[in-house]
Amino acid sequence: MLTLDHLEMRWGDWRLTANLSVPTGARVALIGPSGAGKSTLLAAIAGFQMPDAGRVLWDGEDLARKAPAERPVSILFQDNNLFPHLTASQNVGLGLRPDLKLNAEQRAQVKAALARVGLADLGARKPGQLSGGQAARVALARALLRQRPLMLLDEPFGALGPALRAEMLDLVVEIAGETGATLLIVSHDPDDAKRIAGQVIFVEGGKAQPPVGTAEIFAHPPPALTAYLGT
Amino acid sequence: MARGVGQLSPARVAGAGALAVVLALTLGTLGAVALRAEFGAGLGPADWAAVRFTLLQAVLSATLSVALAVPVARALARRRFPGRGLLITLLGAPFILPVIVAVLGLIAVFGRSGIVSQMLIWAGSEPVSIYGFQGVVLAHVFFNLPLATRLILQGWLAIPAERFRLAASLDFGTADVARTLERPMLRQVVPGAFLVIFLLCLTSFAVALALGGGPRATTVELAIYQAFRFDFNLGKAALLALVQVAIAGAAALVALRLSLPTEMGAGLDRAVTRWDAARPLLVAQDAALIGVATLFLVLPLVMIAVDGVPALLGLPPSIFAATLRSLAVALISAALTLALALPLSAWIVRGRARLVEMIGTLTIAASPLVIGTGLFILLFPVADPTALALPVTALVNAVMALPFALRALVPALTAIEADYGPLADSLGMTGAARLTRLWLPRLRRPLGFATGLAAALSMGDLGVIAMFASPEGGTLPLALYRLMAAYKMDAAAGAALILLASSLLIFWVFDRGGRVNADA
Repeated sequence: MLTLDHLEMRWGDWRLTANLSVPTGARVALIGPSGAGKSTLLAAIAGFQMPDAGRVLWDGEDLARKAPAERPVSILFQDNNLFPHLTASQNVGLGLRPDLKLNAEQRAQVKAALARVGLADLGARKPGQLSGGQAARVALARALLRQRPLMLLDEPFGALGPALRAEMLDLVVEIAGETGATLLIVSHDPDDAKRIAGQVIFVEGGKAQPPVGTAEIFAHPPPALTAYLGT
Repeated sequence: MARGVGQLSPARVAGAGALAVVLALTLGTLGAVALRAEFGAGLGPADWAAVRFTLLQAVLSATLSVALAVPVARALARRRFPGRGLLITLLGAPFILPVIVAVLGLIAVFGRSGIVSQMLIWAGSEPVSIYGFQGVVLAHVFFNLPLATRLILQGWLAIPAERFRLAASLDFGTADVARTLERPMLRQVVPGAFLVIFLLCLTSFAVALALGGGPRATTVELAIYQAFRFDFNLGKAALLALVQVAIAGAAALVALRLSLPTEMGAGLDRAVTRWDAARPLLVAQDAALIGVATLFLVLPLVMIAVDGVPALLGLPPSIFAATLRSLAVALISAALTLALALPLSAWIVRGRARLVEMIGTLTIAASPLVIGTGLFILLFPVADPTALALPVTALVNAVMALPFALRALVPALTAIEADYGPLADSLGMTGAARLTRLWLPRLRRPLGFATGLAAALSMGDLGVIAMFASPEGGTLPLALYRLMAAYKMDAAAGAALILLASSLLIFWVFDRGGRVNADA
């Protein structure tokens, strides 16, 4: 279970608080206006920004002292999820060993992961030779290999068209299901939340609300969400 | 404040080590110089004359360079013509042009038997002499007019095109444009350009060595060399070295406050459309300016080729040995530059941005001659400095190239860390994995450029080597200087051509190597 215990992030006058828990295996969409702090929340969980107060806990363990790579987290950023100078296989292989010294078994794992996301033949290509959707699949293959219990996605499919984005979201849900990972996705689009998620964390007005069932929140949206959705 | 995490302690250790090397070579040698200096006799009249000459020639060279660069830059900014891009690239070339080669080219044009003198004789006039005060200033203008032009051109192109359009719509004449747009820009750009060139002229040694000398044209650096080499007076050399540090250090501190312009900026290849400057007279004026400036820059280099090619076959074998020594020094020096610049860049990217300026200031204040004097004082009790001439030259050249390497690497590494740092952190790529899998592959272009620059600068350097080398040893620039000093001008022209070609080639090979197959 992921717990944000009286977490507080500040940047000048700006601040964000969160005091909530996400059960293991949940699929949660973080929605809210831009600048509300959705990405900041992910950065705090992934270890890129240190909280100004409060704690981030995974299964009761405080993550404060852990570097990003030591946390139980795979993260997909908005962009720059692949190194352009490395092949698709190498980019995936980094998920197993940061120095890329892979043994035969690990190389087979890389192949299998690429095959799982439908890129069996494209391992030798560099990101420049891949389409946007293919590049996203490579990043997902790496997340699949890393087998971290927490998958964080910071609008990684923002540049893709609606159909492709829906396809990628389905793949993410499948992969999270296979690894048993808890899924947190930042999105602007309420449809993304409806598509993937069991729950929604609404981030607005300096506060991340505790997760609520997706169907429930869209059936009875609180006033702030209504204002955000503009319906 | 939320802050990022992620530590790279091996990089930090390496960065601190590199900084220690730089400090030892600059401040350490300075300490040795200060301890060894003999203050007893003080500065004689000749020494004060050297101080005056150093300052005077630097002021005059900088003034002339900037004053001439303003109309040339204006002409380049407002005219489009075939070859404009090539010409602007060429304006960057003097940076890697070996000083002693350019001096020989200038002698071929402006010397007693050069083109200009022969035309004067033909017209019934006296030939001109390039030696002494006017020669030193001429050579400095040759080197720095292109630099000043590029810096000022940058200022022109930084004026938004919309302002010129607005000026055209308001029917501004050339004088109106100058008053409202150009002069305010020049007031901002010119002081920085002047100071950069003043500093460069203050610490330029090879020009004074080749063209200066005598009681009326000796710079402080040349006086250090002479006290060291001819009078064997180490105490005097050390005292003069302190004087040099005081002058250059004071100027560098002023420069630090002004934040000097850099001309690493790209985008000089576009021209501003000017509606006010279409008059035929102005077109002719600009064409003449560009033509004369181009001739001034290109003719000496053409003369190197013209005089050099026939002399190639008759070159003594010692020149080829010197070429090999120079290549070795250049490659080792470039490798040392990288070994210092990479860890320093990594350190600077982690929040030590002021280091870049500090190292730049230190290397300007502690000129090669000062460092050389200090190293001689330190090495003499334990080893034969002559035997160490080449390694010492490579090391000093590496430190001198360091500010330029940092200027190429630090912005690139900052961008890499901003784009890919979080991904690398999340994957646990630290230490060697980050270096070999992220930094080196993505830094290829700036690394190639910095390596080429460091190698070319070292290849053409005539500084420390002149102090340390034995009569039969030494690098190609020194061998070339010796040929010139012995008035073997044919052989000198051949050697100059080899030196010019090697310097350009070594830069091109590395710079090109960084570009080929580089992933976007």
